[in-house]
Order: sequence, then structure tokens, then C-alpha cells
Amino acid sequence: MSTIIFNHQPRIVGWYSVAGKKESQGPLGETFSRIVEDEYFGGKTHEVAERRLFVTAIQGAIQVAGIQPDLVFAGDLLNQIVSSSFAMRDIGLPYVGIYGACSTMALSLINAAAYVDAGLVQSAVAAAGSHFATAERQYRTPLEFGNQRPPSSQWTVTGAGATVLSASKESKIAVTCATIGRVVDFGIKDVNNMGACMAPAAADTLERHFANTHTQPADYDAIFSGDLGQIGEEALRDLLKERGYDLGQKYYDCGKLIYAEEQKVDMGGSGCGCSAVTLNGFILDKFKRGDYHKVLFMATGALLSPTTCFQGESIPGVANAVVIEEVTE
Amino acid sequence: MDKQEYAEYIKRITPKSKIWNSIIRAFVVGGLICLLGEGLGALYKMWLPNYDQAQIGSLVSCTLILLASILTGIGVYDKIGYFSGGGSIVPITGFSNSITSAAMEFRKEGIIFGTCANMFKIAGPVIVVGVAVAMLCGLGYFIVGLFL
Repeated sequence: MSTIIFNHQPRIVGWYSVAGKKESQGPLGETFSRIVEDEYFGGKTHEVAERRLFVTAIQGAIQVAGIQPDLVFAGDLLNQIVSSSFAMRDIGLPYVGIYGACSTMALSLINAAAYVDAGLVQSAVAAAGSHFATAERQYRTPLEFGNQRPPSSQWTVTGAGATVLSASKESKIAVTCATIGRVVDFGIKDVNNMGACMAPAAADTLERHFANTHTQPADYDAIFSGDLGQIGEEALRDLLKERGYDLGQKYYDCGKLIYAEEQKVDMGGSGCGCSAVTLNGFILDKFKRGDYHKVLFMATGALLSPTTCFQGESIPGVANAVVIEEVTE
Repeated sequence: MDKQEYAEYIKRITPKSKIWNSIIRAFVVGGLICLLGEGLGALYKMWLPNYDQAQIGSLVSCTLILLASILTGIGVYDKIGYFSGGGSIVPITGFSNSITSAAMEFRKEGIIFGTCANMFKIAGPVIVVGVAVAMLCGLGYFIVGLFL
């Protein structure tokens, strides 16, 4: 039930985000390190493109950091997390593959921070990503199938982000504590309403985080959720209000930030890439500019597979929260 | 909130499909596809006066299937579908779209295990249900016929 405190405050020394064309046309377009307009990223399949997004993000972050990391934590949405694993053929670093559905960016960051904090490694990379076309194929219908999306659906972000953590004190941005999520299931079965599936898990993680750290929403410059979308955001606010916490004006959802309303994405963005590119662009850039000093970043995941849905199971959610903070020493 | 209250709460805050909007669009586009079929039928009748109505009907169906398949291939049919919903799914063109789109999507896994294995992924259940219902109706018709 506890929140992990990173006593040695692992520092964020480099970050990089790469996103697709649709994402570049959204409100956060300017904040991405690199835009790739070609949905195939020069490859033969969308799966290859997703791998290339990973390679680009991880290599980019390592280059920005200017150090050689010891370990990579990464994960994605595809079966057997092939995008991150296959990308590691080109990265050539020891690798731990993780799966947290769309909460992967926070989960990989927490794991990387834990290894660095414990002194097991000097530095580690955390990465996550997704691709609209590969997610559609795995979870939904062929791209050219002429159906309508229900108004509660969300749009998988094409993009990947990577963060490099280091034990050295050269950066002032640190990962200071984290709350790992419990798997929470409120019985929602609608695969086209992921926000509703994940909001109870998000509420659970935030409630535990605030209680364990004796903080209030107002103690943070901003609180971000990964990809709850419009319905999930509203549900999270109401669930937390019930438990005595008012998220207020400084709470944002990456899924709602990343696209503009006229981009026809219904409730907003989703996918591992959604929170990954927002963290490794918009959020960390704000730290660099001094706009943010303390942020609670919580990525949210819906732990479903097409098989469980067809077998009539409800969709469990999970949310992992991590505090990113400017430290003095 | 317990699970039941949460389910009701989510139902309340989830935006609904604009039903009248959808119905009108489906009616217009579905109607236009049928009108195109009628027009093609009239043309074929003019060109091929020796063909009977059943043969003309088959020709019209084939033409519509081919057209929808080409429109799917060049990435237009999904846009029509996004606009009209059921209006372009229900006619035979929608059937064509469901098969072509699946065939294209899984082409990357090869001809046999990709395209051939997956092209009826969406259309398959429709065919199975269609055949099963036809058999039931036929059986009903047969039984009723015994007593008349």
C-alpha cells in the first residue's frame, strides 16, 4: 500500500519524444523532439514503424543525455511487447521488457528510478510508445473498414518517448517518489470506453498517493493523467471528490491535451505513446524552462486483451504515479 | 460509488450517438447506393436486351462489389463509412468493403496465412448467420407446406 520514496533522487538527464503527423498537428505539436510524417517510417509495415519510433526515441534520449546507460526498461501494447523488444536489437543495451498497457511510461520510469536509486546501475532508460495502425489491427477492425467510431472512443497516439535517469547530480530534475497501482475493476465491459474502465484505478492510486505522502492536489504545480480522455477525466474528478480530494484547475489529462477538438478523436488520445510523448516533450520542457517545480505524473492503463473481451470479462484498470520534482542539491 | 452506481454514472456522462443525424445520413447514402444499383440495372437492360432480370441483377451486384472494392483499395470507402455508418455497411458494397479491407490489412502476413486466412474475419459471421437463418426459414417453409 505504500508509496516508494527514492532517497537518492535519481536525476532526469535526457529526454526525447518522436510523434506522428496527426500528433504534430495537435496543440502539443511544437513540443516533440522529432516529427515523422510517414506512417510507415520508411518501413514495410506499421509494426516496423512502431519499432523505429522506439529506436529513435531511445537513441535520441541517450544522445541528449550524453551518457551510456546501463539498462533499458521499455514496453508497448503489441502482443509479446514486440515493438520494444525488437527495437533493442538496434539499441544493444541490457533490456527489461515491461507491460503496463498504457501506464507503461510511468511503470518503466518507476523501475528505472528504483534501479538507479538502489545503486544497482549508474543510469537507466525508461521508454514507451504506440502506433495508431498497429493498435487498431490488434484491438479493433482493419484500417479501411468503413465503420463509425462510437462517441466514447479514443484515438491511439502514434509516438514514443524515452527518459534517461542517472545517479549523477548534474541535473536538477529528479524522480522523488512513486505509487505503484493496484489493479482495479469496476465491472465496465465497454471496449470503446477505456476512460471509464481506468478512472477507478486512477482514483485509487491518487488517493493512496496523497494519503501516503501527506500531500494535497494543490501541493503540485500540475497533475497529469495518461489517457483517461474526457469521460475518464470527469469520472476521476468525481471519484476523488467523493473521497475528499479536489483535483482543481491544475489537473490535466495527456489524452485531452494532445489533440485539438477538430481532429475528430472523440474523447481524446490513448495508447502508451500518449503519456510518453507528453512527458518527454511538454512536461519535461516546462521543467527545463522553470515553469514547473513539482509534478505528479500518473499514466493509466486498461489491462484487456481481445480474447478477454470476447469471453465477456470486464476490463481492469491500473494507474502508476510518479513525482517529478526540481531538487536543490 | 459501488460498481452498480458507477455503471449508471458512466452511462449518464457518456455522450450518445446523434441518432437522428445518423439515421438521416444512413438513409441518404444507403439510398444513393441503391439508386446507383437501379441506374446500373437500367443501363445493363438497355445494352443487353436478351438478358433476363436475374442475370441483370447479378451483373449489378458484381459491379457494385467491384466499385466498393476499388474505393476501399484507394482509401475512400472508410471515409464514406465514417460519414454514413449503416448506410454504407448494410448494402452489398459494405460486404465488399469488409472483405477487401481485411484482405488488405493482413496482406503483410502473406497470401495464405494473411489474406486468405483473414479476409472473411468480418464478413464470415454474417455469412454463417445468413446461411443458418436461410436453413431455418427453409425448414419452416417445408413444414408449413406439409399441411397446406
